[in-house]
Amino acid sequence: MSPKAKKSFQISDLFRSQMMIPVIAILLLTIFNLIIGPSFFNIRLEENNLGNAVLSGNLITILDNGSELAILAIGMTLVTAASGGQDISVGATIAIAGSAILKILCGDNPHPETMQAPIILAFLVGILAAMACGAFNGILVAYFKIQPMVATLILFTAGRSIAAWINNNELPIIKDIEFSYFGGFIPGIAVPTPFLIAVVCVIVIFLVMKFTNLGLYTQSVGINENASKLIGLNPVTIKFMTFVILGVCVAVCGLIKVSRISSINYSVIAKDIEMDAILAVALGGNALSGGKFSMAASILGAYVIQYLTTTLYRMKVPADALPAYKAVVVILLVVLSAPTVREFFSKRSKKLKTTRRGVA
Amino acid sequence: MKEHAVLEMKNISKTFPGVRALQNVDFTLCEGEIHALMGENGAGKSTLIKVITGVYDKDNGEAYLAGHEGPVTVHSPQEAQKLGISTVYQEITLCPNLSVAENMFIGRGSGAGLNWKKMNADTNRILQSLDIPAKANQQLGSCSLAVQQMIAIARAVDMECKVLILDEPTSSLDEQEVKKLFNLMRDLKNKGVGIIFVTHFLDQVYEVCDKITVLRDGKLVGEYEIKDLPRVQLVAKMLGKEMDDLSDIKGEQGTYTSDRSEVVYEAEGLQSNAGIRPFNFHINKGEVNGFTGLLGSGRSECVRAIFGADRVLHGKVKKNGKEVHIHKPIEAMKNGIAYLPEDRKRDGIIGDLSVRENIILALQNLKGFFKPFSKSQTYKFADEYIKLLDIKTASADTPIKSLSGGNQQKVIVARWLLANPDYLILDEPTRGIDVGTKVDIQKLVLQLAAEGKSVTFISSETDEMLRTCSRLIVMRDRQVVGELSGEDLTQNKIMSTIAGGEAKS
Repeated sequence: MSPKAKKSFQISDLFRSQMMIPVIAILLLTIFNLIIGPSFFNIRLEENNLGNAVLSGNLITILDNGSELAILAIGMTLVTAASGGQDISVGATIAIAGSAILKILCGDNPHPETMQAPIILAFLVGILAAMACGAFNGILVAYFKIQPMVATLILFTAGRSIAAWINNNELPIIKDIEFSYFGGFIPGIAVPTPFLIAVVCVIVIFLVMKFTNLGLYTQSVGINENASKLIGLNPVTIKFMTFVILGVCVAVCGLIKVSRISSINYSVIAKDIEMDAILAVALGGNALSGGKFSMAASILGAYVIQYLTTTLYRMKVPADALPAYKAVVVILLVVLSAPTVREFFSKRSKKLKTTRRGVA
Repeated sequence: MKEHAVLEMKNISKTFPGVRALQNVDFTLCEGEIHALMGENGAGKSTLIKVITGVYDKDNGEAYLAGHEGPVTVHSPQEAQKLGISTVYQEITLCPNLSVAENMFIGRGSGAGLNWKKMNADTNRILQSLDIPAKANQQLGSCSLAVQQMIAIARAVDMECKVLILDEPTSSLDEQEVKKLFNLMRDLKNKGVGIIFVTHFLDQVYEVCDKITVLRDGKLVGEYEIKDLPRVQLVAKMLGKEMDDLSDIKGEQGTYTSDRSEVVYEAEGLQSNAGIRPFNFHINKGEVNGFTGLLGSGRSECVRAIFGADRVLHGKVKKNGKEVHIHKPIEAMKNGIAYLPEDRKRDGIIGDLSVRENIILALQNLKGFFKPFSKSQTYKFADEYIKLLDIKTASADTPIKSLSGGNQQKVIVARWLLANPDYLILDEPTRGIDVGTKVDIQKLVLQLAAEGKSVTFISSETDEMLRTCSRLIVMRDRQVVGELSGEDLTQNKIMSTIAGGEAKS
């Protein structure tokens, strides 16, 4: 263990830590919901339409619906750290991945009685498609040095058309119940599958960060590309790699999304999810200009967004007005996370402590 | 306030987490004087200057300015400028992507209206009057480092300041440019401007300054008239001990000579895309050699070609007698070559990462992507080198960017020592760092050579080169024009080789 870790935890550390914003946001939302009515937190075991006993309640909804965002936040954090920019094409590439998965499962007939291929095969093709999209973005950003937002604008614009073209603009529907497990519940397991998948993704990325130098290298390249080159790193490869990893995340999201409705709507699937993914990274206190990052804070940030959305729905905010309300809360959180504000609170808490000590 | 004083700082204190940067420091600047501020790295010079210019708030103490009653509190650099305090920092703080004229006038706007024509004309006039080879509408980034520095000074001068602070302005200028700068400083002095001059070049202090204030470990050592303080004593005061280390080093030079004839690295017709002519080069085991020449003569480009930092076009390279392919830094590193770059801020440090991470990066990268060191191992490495090189840092987890320049440089040196190369290239390792660290680094170079490592050393200070190198490769106009060793290693010989010896001006 590091000598630092042995030190006792101090409040001022929390104010400096990147985890402050997501943690405080969760606390605030929880307090708010408790005041409005604690029934919000009720969790029930119910039978769903397939006759399985599953958990339900607002908290479960948050964990379930926040999964795609959390998975995307993983890749988006890495892309942001290494390239100092964001991928805005993830919504469109989710459509591509989802469409590819359905195409393999359906074969030639858009409404087959049974699946024409094993799900695992379809998923692999989806991963390949999404990785190819990531590689395309990665080459533009890393090799041709185009700004990430401009480079990914191409797929952002074209992605949904490509997705529709893959299935000849038809709407494939999978009737097999087995396929809906990924976006719903596996029989006998009461926890929503998307959340389980997200947990697996989080574990995988933390293992990768522990057993490789992915974190160190992406941060190094993001902070100082010139210096990184001179210690033998290849910034082009590393940036490219982060885009490909984001591609894998996109494919997983694509699978969950199409599984949720056993079909796809090209223009609506994962709409605006790129902005929420970027927001998750920002809420995690990570600089959108790249460099140092905290993966845990980004993932927590993703669930904060879903928590907020669910809370707003509870307040009967109409879906159309949702973004406006969300924006207000987000501005508050982002201002709170600004370094100057954090420093202010950190100083305050220190002063408070010294005066307390003085009294004692 | 004292008579003639333009600036008086009393009892200034400033504390950072873990460091007491300034403790009860007094400082007085009179009008029409050039006042040197001296001290080792971390002595508090930069902090004092940042307090004067309002970058940092002082914790304690008072500041007085001529023409203002009572203590003045400066909250921001903008406010300092309005009060007539202008600064040129060690590292160029202008915007490379803007034009020269924009850089001259940025942040001085008086309202929204901009008269571009007048701005450009004014800029050209100022540049001309100071003999600065740049044009108003040129992008600043396209000027050389030296010219950028001069533009920064021109900008400060143009703001009709009463107090001009020059923080290491000469570290990237060549001799001619330094002379021009000094003329400019004397001009300003005669006009009554008080100039605070921070530098590590002792020669320059004795050439232009009137007074010296010495700081050590954040405390005031004293203020002296230049004539009352001989060099040896100045160095002694800065270091807090009598020191003859500088002369010691010369004595050690005899211990290694080129009798070890084992060639470690050899290049034939090496050329990169950085515009240098193909050159031949070799270095023996345990040898210290160096590239010398004027600024922009291609010294750095040569060593960058050796390390594969620029794109290598031609050349046959042998390492330990075996032909090898070095086109990328990682290939050089795998062949046991290390390179400490000239521009520490741009090419050396990874600013937001900790001292520990900065130290392990090179070795970690050599070890491989899938084999990260354990955290405790990295702490062990970091602690070992922090102790070995006496790096002044609050902890191994402190971001490197919050260290002083000399300590940052030591971290980069540690990074390469940890990678254990047999051939080290040090490009200006002593630039912008204090005398003590300079001596440390020179000693380290000689010690490494004694251990059988080879070192190529580049420095703008010929003295330093003469002290450490046993062979000098002389460069002019991006090509190698000569090689000096043995008895030829004298200032005069180097100068004449650089100048070309012939009737060329």
